[in-house]
Amino acid sequence: MELFISIISGTCLLVGSFLCLSGGVGILRFPDFYTRMHAAGVTDTMAASLILIGLMLQNPDGIVVLKLVMILLLTLLVSPTASHAIANAAMKNGLRPLVDDTDHVDGKGDKS
Amino acid sequence: MLIAATTAILIVMALTISRAFMGPTLFDRILAVNMFGTKTVLLISLLGFVMGRPDFLDIAIVYALINFISVIGVLRLSETFGFKQNSQDKETDRA
Amino acid sequence: MACVAIAIIRVKDLFAVAMLSGIYGLLTASLFVDMDAVDVAFTEASVGAGISTLLMLTTVAITGSRDKAVRNKPKLALFAVTLTGVLLIFGTLDMPYFGSVDAPANLHVAPHYIQNSMQEIGVDNIVTSVLASYRGFDTFGEVVVIFTAAIGVLTLLSTGRRREEDGVVEKVNTTMHNQYLIIRIVAKMLIPFILLFALYVQFHGDFGPGGGFQAGVIFAAAIILYAMLFGLSVAKRVINQSVVQLLAAVGVLIYGSVGIVSLLGGGNFLDYSILSEDPIAGQHLGILLIELGVGITVAAVVIIIFFNFADRIDGPAPEKEGDPS
Repeated sequence: MELFISIISGTCLLVGSFLCLSGGVGILRFPDFYTRMHAAGVTDTMAASLILIGLMLQNPDGIVVLKLVMILLLTLLVSPTASHAIANAAMKNGLRPLVDDTDHVDGKGDKS
Repeated sequence: MLIAATTAILIVMALTISRAFMGPTLFDRILAVNMFGTKTVLLISLLGFVMGRPDFLDIAIVYALINFISVIGVLRLSETFGFKQNSQDKETDRA
Repeated sequence: MACVAIAIIRVKDLFAVAMLSGIYGLLTASLFVDMDAVDVAFTEASVGAGISTLLMLTTVAITGSRDKAVRNKPKLALFAVTLTGVLLIFGTLDMPYFGSVDAPANLHVAPHYIQNSMQEIGVDNIVTSVLASYRGFDTFGEVVVIFTAAIGVLTLLSTGRRREEDGVVEKVNTTMHNQYLIIRIVAKMLIPFILLFALYVQFHGDFGPGGGFQAGVIFAAAIILYAMLFGLSVAKRVINQSVVQLLAAVGVLIYGSVGIVSLLGGGNFLDYSILSEDPIAGQHLGILLIELGVGITVAAVVIIIFFNFADRIDGPAPEKEGDPS
């Protein structure tokens, strides 16, 4: 039973860090602000949840688990809201997404 | 396993900072700072487990809240200032 | 950290500078976590990375977002700074290694604190016992300094009472409601939790990281979040300005009164053992009261500073401007 729990915890940590790394690579390589926001927002929340679940299973011990549950709920609530707020503000300030216009040459529609 | 996860998060933080330096628009930088903050929360929690001191989780909670408040602060105060003029400046610079 | 510092100097856009200094504060907090100093990391994360960024952003919103171009290259200043830096590094080469056993800082008072803190004071967290009891007088000085900062801000920036009409407040509130619907709802769910967490940090300072300073900052951060999302005029009605100014003074007064009660009881100033029959219980009571005083003052001062800074921003059209003099 103990071995089973620690295997699950290790898997969660591994998958979480892989998602985190892919988000980091994405934020560097994607061409436009809104696509980078996808990379940052989605992988942020998912990776954080998996890593926190992995940590919870490492040491199922009372107050530590309670605090980790609080961090998890807080992250699940706060991180998508922050992404929404940033995207909203960017849209309102006139930053337009990169649109694939087949009439124009590549890159003309990009305002960033 | 914990050490591997910590290394991965440190690498991601370095990647995010380079986006914060490079990002052509201001919103890229705001996005990078937000992501950096969430990764710091994870880093502090992991370091707490690695070093065997679960007191660090309090710091992680505080940091998650402060990160959220700072991002909302930037966005709220950016309205009194309108970044439209910044992107127009860049347009004229390029043209 | 060096890269971030260089970037702060070179980047011209001041908003980006504020964000980058937020990152710098965060890296410092991680460094403190790495050095295993939990309380300091806590304070750095809340103050250095949070409130400082917010206040800098408020200042940038008032003053303007572009750096003025520097006309002359200050070569003499650069030379003086480099010379001082080299001398400082040269001076530290002689210092003992971080955490070495026979460093002078670790020889005289520190072992006494570490060994005797549990018997004399009975508090789990040695940082709190040193801060609040062994060095209580220094902490009193810190609280008075924070209070003085609030007085300074009030003297320089207070614009006098402005009576906002109800119609104006309603109009601002409705436009903001349409724009910020999602964030407002999320914030309404979060703010009670943040206030509760501030109280937890305040009273838990004896057993884990925490204490008055951090708790005050977190409490003020919740109020600032409310003010940012619901409009400054609405927030001013919820948090009455004169009450907050009174509370800032009350915190310092509580701290001082604990000291004076100790004097009246026959001991030294701020000697908590006099406060009840059992000296350990007296210490606990004393630490509780002064942390409460510190928390109240810090929260009130940060709220005062933020409200006074934010008052000066020329808001969007519906708000009236006060006179700048």
